[in-house]
Amino acid sequence: MRFVLRRLGFFALTLWVAVSLNFMLPRMMPGNPALAMIAGHKGVVSPAALRALAAQFGLNTHQSIVSQYLQYLADISTGKFGVSLTTQPGTSVTHIVMQAIPWTLGLVGVTTVLAFILGTGIGIVSAWHRGGRVDSVLPPVFVIMTVIPYFWLGLVLILVFGVTLHWFPYFFTYDITLTPAFNWTYISNVLDHAVLPGFTLLITTIGTWILTMRNTMITTLAEDYVRMARAKGIPGWRIMLDYAARNAILPNLTGFAMSLGFVVGGAILIEEVFNYEGVGWLLLQAVNNDDYPLMQALFLLITVAVLVAILLSDVATAILDPRTRGAR
Amino acid sequence: MAIPGVGTLGGPGPAGDRGQAGAPVPTPFGVPAPSGIAGGRAIRRMARAITSNRKATAGMVLLVIFCFIGLFPGLIAHDDPNALIYGRSLAPSAQHLLGTTPFEQDIFAQVIYGARPVLLIAFGAGLGTTIIAMLIGVAAAYLGGAWDGVLNLITDVLLVIPAFPLLIVIASYLHGAGTAVMILVVTFVSWSYTARQLRSQALSLRNRDFLEAARVRGERPLYIVIVEIIPTMTSLLVASFLTNALYAVLFSSSLQFIGLGNPAVNSWGTMLYWAENEEAFQTQPLWIIVPGLCIVALGAGFALLNYAFDEIGNPALRPVRSMMRGARVKNAR
Amino acid sequence: MSRTLDDSLTAGTPAGRAGALLQVENLSAEYVLERGNILAVDQVSFEVAAGEFVGIVGESGCGKSTLLFGIAQLLAPPAHVSGGSVRFQGANLVGLTDKQLSLVRWRNMSVVMQSAMNALNPVTSIGAQFSDAMRAHGVSSKEEIAQRSAEVLRMVGIDPLHLKSYPHQLSGGMRQRSMIAMAMLFTPDLVIMDEPTSALDVVAQRSLMVQVKELQQQLGFAVIFVTHDISLVRHFTDRLMVMYAGQIAEFGPTGQVFESPLHPYSVGLLEAFPSIHGPKVPLTGIPGSPPDLGNLPEGCRFAPRCPQVMDRCLTTEVPLYRVGGVQVRCLLQEDGEVVSD
Repeated sequence: MRFVLRRLGFFALTLWVAVSLNFMLPRMMPGNPALAMIAGHKGVVSPAALRALAAQFGLNTHQSIVSQYLQYLADISTGKFGVSLTTQPGTSVTHIVMQAIPWTLGLVGVTTVLAFILGTGIGIVSAWHRGGRVDSVLPPVFVIMTVIPYFWLGLVLILVFGVTLHWFPYFFTYDITLTPAFNWTYISNVLDHAVLPGFTLLITTIGTWILTMRNTMITTLAEDYVRMARAKGIPGWRIMLDYAARNAILPNLTGFAMSLGFVVGGAILIEEVFNYEGVGWLLLQAVNNDDYPLMQALFLLITVAVLVAILLSDVATAILDPRTRGAR
Repeated sequence: MAIPGVGTLGGPGPAGDRGQAGAPVPTPFGVPAPSGIAGGRAIRRMARAITSNRKATAGMVLLVIFCFIGLFPGLIAHDDPNALIYGRSLAPSAQHLLGTTPFEQDIFAQVIYGARPVLLIAFGAGLGTTIIAMLIGVAAAYLGGAWDGVLNLITDVLLVIPAFPLLIVIASYLHGAGTAVMILVVTFVSWSYTARQLRSQALSLRNRDFLEAARVRGERPLYIVIVEIIPTMTSLLVASFLTNALYAVLFSSSLQFIGLGNPAVNSWGTMLYWAENEEAFQTQPLWIIVPGLCIVALGAGFALLNYAFDEIGNPALRPVRSMMRGARVKNAR
Repeated sequence: MSRTLDDSLTAGTPAGRAGALLQVENLSAEYVLERGNILAVDQVSFEVAAGEFVGIVGESGCGKSTLLFGIAQLLAPPAHVSGGSVRFQGANLVGLTDKQLSLVRWRNMSVVMQSAMNALNPVTSIGAQFSDAMRAHGVSSKEEIAQRSAEVLRMVGIDPLHLKSYPHQLSGGMRQRSMIAMAMLFTPDLVIMDEPTSALDVVAQRSLMVQVKELQQQLGFAVIFVTHDISLVRHFTDRLMVMYAGQIAEFGPTGQVFESPLHPYSVGLLEAFPSIHGPKVPLTGIPGSPPDLGNLPEGCRFAPRCPQVMDRCLTTEVPLYRVGGVQVRCLLQEDGEVVSD
């Protein structure tokens, strides 16, 4: 219990740092970017909204920086993220973000889980059959896989499967001529559009899982308790799962949390390449349009998502490893 | 007293219980396992290990090729990468090996000249990240107590905040990052992971006997850190450098691809940005393929070397030899 | 193919030659390393009769653990058995697959390892580790498993409610004893123990040894017990083997080896341990260090450190001689009959 509380405290601290970064960065950058943003888009939204934005970024206000900061914190905690200036002028940031979330959740969520399961499985088998054909060929292949830029792979896949072979569509989340509905036409269309981006994400992220699982498995297989299991006459596959894999996967779960940063990065780039209107794509739209309120909100959202995922992997570790539980 | 073969990192002073270049001292009932390795010896070991391991050699060859290209681009590409005079969107030919862009630039020249900024960022950010991580990680481990707590907290928070989105946000406010800024920004988001690893290893070394011997000899803490701890961590430091250089290449190329690099600086990521902008899928597929392949090749150089170092450091990971065929049958899983 | 626990307990009575439970013949084991193959066990032969308690002592690196795992067919790459045979209850174990070996494993031959913290699976409970051994041999009834697990724990003096505990929740001594309990699940005919007491303090060591001896006398199994601590085996073993550099240096009834050691190495070992009761004598160590197994000297392997070395020792490969009831590998004993190597 104490462990959980400490973790939550840490997350709260991190969130606070992220919020503060959002507050400080635009004020720290050379050539006041907020001013440029507002000056460049004066006619687009109502003067009242403009004044609110100016206040949000600390321009034209007589408040001291400290009270600006406190006001900012108060606004964020009540969900007042402001209004989009350029991406969808006048619309509340919250509304825009909400529309993008389901797409990213679907694409990234499913692909990450698949990559984790497949990658871990292949890693386990590769370590178990050391010296086999799979194992000798695997490492260099996967080393190369981990250095492929996500976005470039997406481009290449578009080139091959989209443009040349016409097998799959390669932009947007679904055909814009269709109206969203719970029928097979719509759903299959959505799935169709998700294949290429999903496959790209899968390939680029699976390499790490395979390699790290294989390496931890190899170390685990040398442990005495695995030898003991052999001595007891337990069948091979059971040793592989109950004794080796169950122990080897633990450091991987913690690594999962840390590699989330990369999954997020990959998702952003892939959504951009495929014009897949999820959170990542939206972030880049905001960047290109100097839409700082939207950008800041998305940054916070991504941070929260990462924190939640880390919390989940902590919980999973606690379930699988009895040593982390209990009062010690 | 000069100790032959150890090198300057071993220190000219009394060698303590490391004896001659780390030779173990026999006791009546056997010989204890050798303790930490002095820096000079570690580097010679590494050099030998690189030449004997195929992956390491391949990685080294790739890096050397790219360094050569980065240093002497003029020797390989004869056209000016920035000149807009070569004819619009020409197909590959003998004169323009990869064709030209819609802006009338020679793509091959761009690829060759594009190596230098990428290498600068890779080595710059790689070194910067490793050095900062080393300072903070080792300081946290050695100082302990409140210092450790504070440094740890900072490291952990920065570790958890997603790196790439932060990179995007910062670069966005700056309206694009040239080479120098890119190095700084990438270093800022990357140091925390390595700092954690280095702190971990430094902690485990802290209580080892040879450090205790140094303390007992009366050496000052700074001496101990620089002369005893850091050389022992050489292999981890090298591995960290390689990893960080790799990620610097990927991060910076990604930023450039989405337009947050400096579009005027010609590098592979920027080339891909323009290629996508100009929808080169139908017209100039090589414009898309080749710069990406270069990124992969350079990255592979770093990664292969890194992977080989993993195997060198942990012999259990090495490929199992096939002369064990007989044994494998007997001990079939 | 479910068997009842009773079947398992009564199965596997020794076939073959009466008295020879285990026959190790010219067993060799090597490590395949990058710098070449290292022979850690060099043609070792010996027999163990039913119910016998055999101790094996030697310095670190002399090959005793490798010998032990070589017998149990538990070597893992880069180590493997490179020659010889291990006949257990008449059948040669060398070369069998894990599947074939599982018929004898645990039911007739079990293993106790050095550090229970490392030998027990850290993420499953003690009870789970007992039950998976039983289920691997066909016992599937939950009641039988629970009953037998509780029974063996009580045998070693541990409260059966610890079946639900995880290894890290038990004390060192309790962990070690639960490993011994686990080895007793099928009352095997042979229990192989690799330094089971090294991780314990002196008091716990002795109490563990007493426990093992009691169990042995109760249940009648044979024990091969490896340790580097010669004083431990004095009162518990029937026969004692001294190993050096992968070979048998001396092997005979414990009392004889202790009272009148014949090999200079055994002499040195025994003199290195002080006796609490005896008069104060200056301690003598054995100067030098064991040979690098990849770079063995010609002739006797102990010659470089031997206080009684002769010129011949440096050039002649020394066979095992039988002197009285003891086997000795020393040229000082060359009057004895040569044990066929």
